Amino acid sequence: MMTKDLLIKGGRVVDPANSVDDVLDILVSEGKIKAVGKGLDETVEGNKEVEVLDASGKIVMPGFIDMHVHLREPGFEQKEDIESGTRAAAMGGFTAVAAMPNTEPPCDNEATVRYVLDAARARGWVRVYPVGAVTKGRQGKELAEMGEMLEAGAVAFSDDGSPVSTAEVLRCALLYLKSFGAVLIDHPEDLTLSEGGQMNQGPVSTIAGFRGIPDEAETVAVARDLLIAGLTGGKLHLTHLSTKGSLELVRWFRERGVEVTIDVTPHHLILTDEIVKSWGYDTNTKVNPPLRSEEDVKALVEALKDGTIDAIASDHAPHHLDDKWVEFDFAPFGISGLETEVALIVDRFVIPGIISWSRLAELFSVNPAKILGVPGGRISPGEAADITIIDPELEFAVDPRKFESKGKNTPFGGWRLTGAPWATIVGGEIKMKNRVLINRGN
Amino acid sequence: MSLKGKDLLSLEELSAEDIELVLSTAQSLKEILARPIKKVPALRGKVVCTLFYEPSTRTRTSFELAAKYMSADTVSIATSTSAMQKGETLADTARNIEVMGTDVVIMRHSVSGACHFLAKVLDVPVINAGDGMHEHPTQGLLDIFTILQYKSRIKGLKVAILGDVLHSRVARSLTWGLRKLGAEVHIAGPATLIPPYAEVLGVKVHSRPEGAIEGADVVYSLRLQLERQRSALFPSKREYHDFFGLNRERLRLAKDDALVMHPGPMNRGIEISTDVADSPQSVILEQVTNGVAVRMAILYLILGGKE
Repeated sequence: MMTKDLLIKGGRVVDPANSVDDVLDILVSEGKIKAVGKGLDETVEGNKEVEVLDASGKIVMPGFIDMHVHLREPGFEQKEDIESGTRAAAMGGFTAVAAMPNTEPPCDNEATVRYVLDAARARGWVRVYPVGAVTKGRQGKELAEMGEMLEAGAVAFSDDGSPVSTAEVLRCALLYLKSFGAVLIDHPEDLTLSEGGQMNQGPVSTIAGFRGIPDEAETVAVARDLLIAGLTGGKLHLTHLSTKGSLELVRWFRERGVEVTIDVTPHHLILTDEIVKSWGYDTNTKVNPPLRSEEDVKALVEALKDGTIDAIASDHAPHHLDDKWVEFDFAPFGISGLETEVALIVDRFVIPGIISWSRLAELFSVNPAKILGVPGGRISPGEAADITIIDPELEFAVDPRKFESKGKNTPFGGWRLTGAPWATIVGGEIKMKNRVLINRGN
Repeated sequence: MSLKGKDLLSLEELSAEDIELVLSTAQSLKEILARPIKKVPALRGKVVCTLFYEPSTRTRTSFELAAKYMSADTVSIATSTSAMQKGETLADTARNIEVMGTDVVIMRHSVSGACHFLAKVLDVPVINAGDGMHEHPTQGLLDIFTILQYKSRIKGLKVAILGDVLHSRVARSLTWGLRKLGAEVHIAGPATLIPPYAEVLGVKVHSRPEGAIEGADVVYSLRLQLERQRSALFPSKREYHDFFGLNRERLRLAKDDALVMHPGPMNRGIEISTDVADSPQSVILEQVTNGVAVRMAILYLILGGKE
């Protein structure tokens, strides 16, 4: 089926990969960018075969990619499935997501990668990039068949949910992946230090009566990972970093020539461990890595500004209400993040001028595309027309009951934010417009 | 100033005035325990439910007797006998109890914050009878009541709390209460059993017991929570007793009239030696008696009883 051509008219196009920041029109044809320029509306005027999307006053950017989400399918469809998770992504302004492999069965082989891709083709609202497991069954013992998974369509590898088990397994995996050029995404955590921990270790955990997860549960693992990256020269990405110490280690190793990329989540950039106690042990504040101290939050924001951080990812971890409406220790870790992520960053960091729109596009589009080695990250003729449009003036109240995601587990319920995704365009098709999903019936 | 209809979840959240209200109410109710017929009609027609997800002898019996002495009806539910065993959630169990007409739920649970969660689930008041490593507010109140009985004041006293502070909800509640009333609190134990950032509780931290005990008015020995120990926190019970236990020799460092206290159950020969536990300075059994009076006061105040 041929879709109509689309003219995105009069928006402020922020496309740092092409050094563009200007009010421009974008013409889309057959799912691809056909032209970017001024006055394109005149060339299509009166042409009924062209749909016009008036983007004046809006910020038009290359499609956002969330490089760390849990779509939960196969195996945990009560928490989320590929349809609900990608609806949430479209609502949140994402044209693509990278789906973590800690499903049941885990995505540790070609067949499961194909299953995810087939399900995404049939029921997905945005592009889904499967992340395969590094080790068979995510058990941390034998390498999974990563080459075959890559051929089937996986884009990266991770044992997320868990760290890559040992320094030796990590060493082998990073070396092995050099033959394929794919990135290994590690969740850095020393499980012996975090065992039994429910929240950040600090004054609040002592008052609240919880075994704490110290910063070092992360930094010990970050140090290990960076040393092994140095040893192997492998392509390493560290996800959801949450501590000042981790950032200092990353800078220290980078100065010594170790290449690594990192992402952080919106909740670690905004919330502190204080709320675990002050919100009366609300299990929506329970997340791994845990919400950290004010000092860590400040360090993360600084690193967001100075470029240390490459990407923002949600670690979208949807859970059923039944899972979270229990005693704190019994609740699983995780925050449903896709639908609040962009609005939070725009409201907290872009509108106040802490980071620019251009930096936002790097964090959400340019760098994730580069790290994962997937298309996108730029608005250039010939490229797939994946575009995220933000309305910087849109008032957005977070109401978890209205989430497209099955996971209503968010600590941001009731927050009022200014600036939110206004349209999501995937391959030239408008998937979301003015905060409403659009089903084209295909 | 009233506790009527309110939850009692922690001493951190209770004001000094409310603590004093409980203590003075307990003082006037305590004489009921000495009567030949231990029964007043103050809570007649009220239903008190104890919901215990962890074993308990003292606390549960104490609450039940407190309720009975004031003519309330009591029901007690414990893990071994209830639908909890069948996988029912806390929220479901508690709401079932509530709709049967319970006026207050007293809960003990192994998870910190479980009573805060219960308070969100229920409309009726919740009393925390110990939640994980967080707080045990009625224990803290009965301890302070006992100290007050012997020392006639709290302000300015030096209280040493010894042992497994890390896992102790008793230590946290007692510390909050004592600090609010103006006592000086010292804690001591092996550093593996001292909570990180313990200073936020308003205490002075010692790595050996001697410094804490020196000149103390009260020496409070905590139960070593053997059931919560992980590996590598301390090498053996014997070594623990040798270096950190409360024995006769260490007690001599305290004031001559210092009180010896323990929340029970005691591990004799580990955190406290038998001669100290049974010495004239020990008020450990008086703590237990006072526990009934303090819990009578709490139930009376929360349920709005009448004389």
